[in-house]
Amino acid sequence: MTVLGNRVLRLEDEDLLRGKGRFVDDIHLPGMLHAAFVRSPFGHAAIRGIDKTAALSHPGVHAVLTRDDLLPYLKNERIVVGLPSPAYRQNRDRPALAGDEVVHVGEPVAVVIATSRYIAEDAAALVEVDYDPLPTIADPRAALIAGAPLAHRDAPHNLLAEFDMGYGDIEAAFSTPGAHVFRESFWQHRGGGHSIECRGDVAAYDAMDDRLTFWSSTQTPHAAMRILADMLGRNEERIRVITPDVGGGFGPKLIFYPEDITVAIAAMIVGYPVKWIEDRREHFVATTQERDQYWNMEIAADGEGRVLGLRGALIHDHGAYTARGVNLPYESAQTVTLPYAIPAYQINVKLALTNKVPVTPVRGAGQPQGAFVMERMLDRVGRELGIDRGEVRRRNLIRADQMPYTKPLKARGGRSVVLDSGDYPKCQEDALARGGWSDFPQRQAAARAEGRHLGIGVANFVKGTGRGPFEAVTVRIGPSGTINVFSGAAAMGQSTKTMLAQVVAEELGNDISNVAVVPGDTGTISMGIGGFNSRQTVMAGSSAHVAAVKVRDKVLAVASHILDVPERDLYIHGNQVMATDAPERAVSLGQIALSVTGTPGFVLPGGVAPGLEATEHVVIDDMAYANGCAVTEVEVDIETGGVKILNFVIAHDCGRVINPMIVDGQIVGAVTHGVGNALYEWMGFDENCQPTTTNLGEYLLITAPEAPHIDIIHHESPSPLNPLGVKGVGECGVVPAAAAIMSAIEDALTPFGVRIAQTPITPQEIVALIAEGRKKKAAP
Amino acid sequence: MSEMRRIAVTVNGRHHDADVDVRLTLADFLRHQLNLTGTHVGCEHGVCGACTILIDGRSARSCLMLAVQTDGRAITTVEGIAPGPGQMHPLQEAFRENHGLQCGFCTPGMLTTLIEFLRDNPDPTEDDVRIAISGNLCRCTGYQGIVAAVLDAAKRMKAERAA
Amino acid sequence: MKPPPFSYHDPRTVADAVGLLATLENAKVLAGGQSLMPMLNMRFVLPDHVIDLNRIDGLSYIRDSGDSLDIGAMTRQREIEFSDVVRVRCPLMREAILNVGHRQTRNRGTLGGSLCHLDPSAELVLVAAAMDAVVTIAGRSGERAVAFADFPQAYMTPAVGQDELLTNVQFPLWPAGHGHAFIEFARRHGDFAIASAAALLHEDSSGRIAKASIAVGGVGAAPVRVTEIERAVIGQRASADLFRDACEACRRIDAMEDVHASSSYRQHLAAVLSRRALETAHGRVLKGTSR
Repeated sequence: MTVLGNRVLRLEDEDLLRGKGRFVDDIHLPGMLHAAFVRSPFGHAAIRGIDKTAALSHPGVHAVLTRDDLLPYLKNERIVVGLPSPAYRQNRDRPALAGDEVVHVGEPVAVVIATSRYIAEDAAALVEVDYDPLPTIADPRAALIAGAPLAHRDAPHNLLAEFDMGYGDIEAAFSTPGAHVFRESFWQHRGGGHSIECRGDVAAYDAMDDRLTFWSSTQTPHAAMRILADMLGRNEERIRVITPDVGGGFGPKLIFYPEDITVAIAAMIVGYPVKWIEDRREHFVATTQERDQYWNMEIAADGEGRVLGLRGALIHDHGAYTARGVNLPYESAQTVTLPYAIPAYQINVKLALTNKVPVTPVRGAGQPQGAFVMERMLDRVGRELGIDRGEVRRRNLIRADQMPYTKPLKARGGRSVVLDSGDYPKCQEDALARGGWSDFPQRQAAARAEGRHLGIGVANFVKGTGRGPFEAVTVRIGPSGTINVFSGAAAMGQSTKTMLAQVVAEELGNDISNVAVVPGDTGTISMGIGGFNSRQTVMAGSSAHVAAVKVRDKVLAVASHILDVPERDLYIHGNQVMATDAPERAVSLGQIALSVTGTPGFVLPGGVAPGLEATEHVVIDDMAYANGCAVTEVEVDIETGGVKILNFVIAHDCGRVINPMIVDGQIVGAVTHGVGNALYEWMGFDENCQPTTTNLGEYLLITAPEAPHIDIIHHESPSPLNPLGVKGVGECGVVPAAAAIMSAIEDALTPFGVRIAQTPITPQEIVALIAEGRKKKAAP
Repeated sequence: MSEMRRIAVTVNGRHHDADVDVRLTLADFLRHQLNLTGTHVGCEHGVCGACTILIDGRSARSCLMLAVQTDGRAITTVEGIAPGPGQMHPLQEAFRENHGLQCGFCTPGMLTTLIEFLRDNPDPTEDDVRIAISGNLCRCTGYQGIVAAVLDAAKRMKAERAA
Repeated sequence: MKPPPFSYHDPRTVADAVGLLATLENAKVLAGGQSLMPMLNMRFVLPDHVIDLNRIDGLSYIRDSGDSLDIGAMTRQREIEFSDVVRVRCPLMREAILNVGHRQTRNRGTLGGSLCHLDPSAELVLVAAAMDAVVTIAGRSGERAVAFADFPQAYMTPAVGQDELLTNVQFPLWPAGHGHAFIEFARRHGDFAIASAAALLHEDSSGRIAKASIAVGGVGAAPVRVTEIERAVIGQRASADLFRDACEACRRIDAMEDVHASSSYRQHLAAVLSRRALETAHGRVLKGTSR
């Protein structure tokens, strides 16, 4: 009997369904106080002074803290998190609270600690900050022009980082005789994370124990612990970071924020636990997000549509600070050519500072943007050369017999990009077949005769998953017989507990109800990296597997000694170890665990080492590449510009599937997120860097009536890189979604010669493009 | 400074006499004064639906009500859906079997909304279901698992009534 | 996002409510709460007093007087949605109400609240304009009737004084057999419309349009009765060309411009939706679906 690969129901569900989840705002501690932040209303301003008097005298207020109050507790004032890169041209780490300059609307300036959030907000409104507005810079392209307003007044310019990426002889590619060269410029925008649960922290400092306990709705508890230790100048062992239930992460919760360090210090100052729960308006202005990219690209192809080379430039809006690194546009640039055998590639990437909240990954992490560029340009090649869009892709796709395929590119840590496994053409073939690609032209023509405009689109994707170097997992069985699993992995809805339970139960009894998983508590495991980049099944799963195997080996060794049966004649069923031929000869896991806890003066059974536990940090430096193909059919109302998705097929390969129910859920969720990015989500700012969409009525998250039904075709190409053969899945579905949808909308609007070089697109813009197309046709 | 009122409200069948600040929202009253933290707060402006409860059997956004408005009324929260401690409502079972939840944060609001919906629409189509939850945002599931769960729940509840 | 401090009042009668409004400074009226509570939570309004109307009896009803429907100001949108009287006698309102928000918001939201909030995109506001509703406003000196055309004074500002309360809305009914249509274009189901159109048509026995009402919402600061279209179609026989040409008048409506939609797009949508509404309304006359 096996649990891996089975549609096992989740361990997480019963508590959540009963309303017995324990999210950060559900935590109530005796004497707990509440925080409300005072935030900059300006995109850029100098702070001349802060008057706390009125706020401090408000009944119920315990403290009003600004930068000066935090400094005595801070060994290091800045949040230094930037992933290493030679690309930086300046250092823009965030402070805990702003000093004499604010650089984005929403930047925290002060915090009020009071007996309730209601009172804290009342008092926050009484804090008087004397701002001197400064010029702002909103557009990342304008930011890079000499003489542009400076995002930071002491900065030499607004270029945060710059790098080039590429391989092959790009000049030769573009000067190949007979080469067809096409140029495209793209604007791509993705918005915020908008987990339904916003951010939040509860900090409690126990002076007796000199221990800081920090509950945080975070994706990276160990990173949070290390940053707190570094900034506070404390021993990491005196800081415990615990993730409660997390109501969605999607990227922005992997970041460590000014609010986090401030709340921790506030608890130390006031001597009571302090809770801060972000509200939705704060999420719009103070939580990191993705935003704008501007691409100028050229593609060279031969007469058969085979790509000779791709080159161009990307300008990326980094926001006002470095909250993660240059990874986002790095991933965008690197993802462009992944599914295809492109002989030459060259791109220059510039990251610009703007006076907006910092930009860091949201589900997909820059990779959807890279895929969008490639897929739109392939559509262009197909259209210009009269080659079917599926065929032009097929001619360029990397084939199964070429795996593993080394791309002449380096991942951010310097490792080569090696596509480990997958059959890309087969995925495309299956998706096109399921999507009715070959007879679509007839359906399209019939619909046009009725005045309806249908279109079909296709997009391939390859996504790097399983970001290394490791994830820590401990498997420990105690005399209770429960199989305990502790991990640095962080759960945020993607079924981490069930996944780890399945991996461990596969080796230890096949009963996940006997496995108690505690993810994301630094008090239970000393090392960890966390949840992002679709890494946990690969990284934590691998460590869990290896640890479980080690524990299993020991269980059998001890059981063999206790039962006097050879190990090969024993098996583990539920929480019992039994003899295959004589199941009544059994010993429980609990008894085995007890037998190796040590009885004073007595030898341990079988001469084994004490305890029944293993901690593993399986190191895998190379990423596992998931892949697939999306095919979608849309209908465009040419009078209103409204787009309806009629059909969405995705062929998907994430290697070996641990739980098909969970994998399907991740694919559907990710695709739907991508659909939302393409047709609904837009985070607006005006030219003064004031956010213009600051509530969920103005910023549109997709709802059930608009969400398409996603039809999934599964492929399983095991990864050779880890013992389970798994690849990550959480973000994959986002990667091809916008590209496939724009391909389909453009196809629907071919009678009007519409070209779409942007994502998202609104009905208003579609109507304008149709009108423009009509005009061009009338007077060429 | 705070203006207080005394209210008498029934929550999940249990009577409560409570003194509440008049500006306390119903969501905060349930969560922090009654310690029923199953009802979640996602936006506080009436869009996300995570805070949905039933008041006298009708779904409503608890972030858009004041606790004082519930004097003399009966509230049902997610904690009141299961028929008993060891049991789950067919809707909850269907959510579990159809992967209708991932992070679980929107789930309480979905469940209360759907309890009302299935009571009024015991035999819905997929389109009916999608419209029924149009006022509940989910960022994790893409709604497909939820829709499958509701259609499954409708079948289960029909079978239960027939039995 | 917590409400600011305020004093809370829950009067039991209209007279009490009016009395409070007359004596209290900086007071806001709380009806369904679906508009006021978000504003309170976001602290966009900072009233010293909140006057909760939900305990007042006698303001929730739907009465058919034969040639009109009288609906009390505190009637929940849900009651309107499920009312047989409305469905049969005022199908335009029935069709419109299915576009108003979501189940949870309709369970609490009221007719009076929607009309007094006067969002340019609000569906019930558009219906009131299309049907030439008459609102009753109660004050200290008694009641007065206001024709809906005079009700919007400015952007989201109704003709209700500081010390007055909307109590009743009267909808004059159209003759049996009339055609109706409510069509809106919104980004998502239940969203406020970017533009909307309400059409009512009555055709005589010879098939000519005897009476027409076309109103568009979401375009101007208040609903616009497009009388130019009405004049163009009255006396004519319905046809696709008639409707298309007449609805071009919408492109001349003074339209709002903001981050969500340009004025020209709103005008364009108004022309498209009013044409579609007329076509649908006409179709319903022929099929007798509005009986």
